[in-house]
Amino acid sequence: MYDRKTVRRRRAVLGLLVACSLILLTASFGEGTGGALHAVQRGVANVLSPVESVATGALKPFRDLFGWVGDTFSAKKDNKALRSEVRELRAQNADLQDAAADGRALRKLFDLDGDIGIDGASQVTARVVFQSATVWYSTIKIDKGTADGVRDDQAVVDGDGLVGSVVDVGSNWAKVQLITDAQSGVTARVAGTGGANLITGTVSVGSPGNPKDLLLGFLVPRLARSIAVGDVVETSGIASSRFSSKFPRGIPIGRVSKVNENEIDTSQQVHVTPFASLRNLDYVQVITAPQA
Amino acid sequence: MSAANLNLRLLLRLAILAVVAVFLQVAAIAQLRILGATADLSPLVVMAVGLLCGTLPAASMGFAIGIMVDVALLQTMGLTSLVLLIAGWWVGRLRELRDPQSPLAPLAIGAAVAAISTIGYGVGQFLLGVESPLSWLLVGQTLSTIILDGLLAVPVLALVRRWLAPVLPDDPRRRRRRAYTTGGLSPLQKA
Repeated sequence: MYDRKTVRRRRAVLGLLVACSLILLTASFGEGTGGALHAVQRGVANVLSPVESVATGALKPFRDLFGWVGDTFSAKKDNKALRSEVRELRAQNADLQDAAADGRALRKLFDLDGDIGIDGASQVTARVVFQSATVWYSTIKIDKGTADGVRDDQAVVDGDGLVGSVVDVGSNWAKVQLITDAQSGVTARVAGTGGANLITGTVSVGSPGNPKDLLLGFLVPRLARSIAVGDVVETSGIASSRFSSKFPRGIPIGRVSKVNENEIDTSQQVHVTPFASLRNLDYVQVITAPQA
Repeated sequence: MSAANLNLRLLLRLAILAVVAVFLQVAAIAQLRILGATADLSPLVVMAVGLLCGTLPAASMGFAIGIMVDVALLQTMGLTSLVLLIAGWWVGRLRELRDPQSPLAPLAIGAAVAAISTIGYGVGQFLLGVESPLSWLLVGQTLSTIILDGLLAVPVLALVRRWLAPVLPDDPRRRRRRAYTTGGLSPLQKA
């Protein structure tokens, strides 16, 4: 059907396209964030960001409609779980009231009012304009950038807990690496532990593609037997040998969901369910500067 | 209309189609979850171009759409374009060798192209250094996306055909088939 010349020309074009893709892949993967290809991406993102923001806002009703249909299926199950959690939280609340009173007194005593914490930090609220189109839950793009005080490595939270950190930023946009990204790592501690009982570790992705499974690994102490399902995990603000700390201390990350003694023995890790709803992010807050 | 003019108009329509498809994908469809899965429009558009235009336009379309997706989503450049150009090439070859005419063909080809795209991207991710183990949830979501894309393939192909039809060059094989199906006489009847 096709003569030999046409076939040769088609193969040449295909070979050229494959070669171009491989060169781009190698160059893009190998260069740093300041490289030429990233600069092109940032330039395009700067131009497109306002358009994306408008489009995302305009399409929100449709997203909400589809979200509503999906949510309806899981609402009954969630309702039951939430009622049970409310009962538990009411009981915990009474204990925490006492603990909070003690904490206030101690903070005053040790003059720790200026300690870094999310409550006292400057925050910028941003709208999520793009979510990764793949099933990996690795990055999102937000509509605030350097013009609003957003910088690389700043922590990003939603109303429930830690979402990720800023890894690339333009004048009116920023790329956020989610805590479920395979390259992400957050130094963390189990809330409520301290002194000789302090349990720390590094939170990383548990199962790729599962936004509800994180791992608290590299536990210190290595055989952290006192860790239990339901324990709250928060940022420690401590730098580890694997990851530098980008996050202020005390940002809630999630709750321990599965503790397996064999897993602690062999891998020094437990499973954590994040508080942040990484599947449906509409608005997030970037912690731009901790209050001095 | 001259062949050169027709080719130019086809190129223009393909370019507009690529831009609109990428914009719709990243601004809207990627954010719509339908029963837990997210549809991926890009491989379906490449599939439609492959079935309507052949190997070279489909591979080029896959490359172009892949580059635009990678730029728009600030991803590692080259991976999506490599995967989509392979998918486009495959559909184009399928059209040239088999010319599938069954009404269910787009459904199966759409699912196959979505599988090439999703699994190819996943393999690329692992080759680029994702160290975590493969989870059942990831497998489930990949399957959901493939099924959803398969279902969307039919309307996407219809829309792309409608958009490209005025500038598509006549396919001699199709003209021959039309002669039989629209009342024309077969060589046997003529005899």
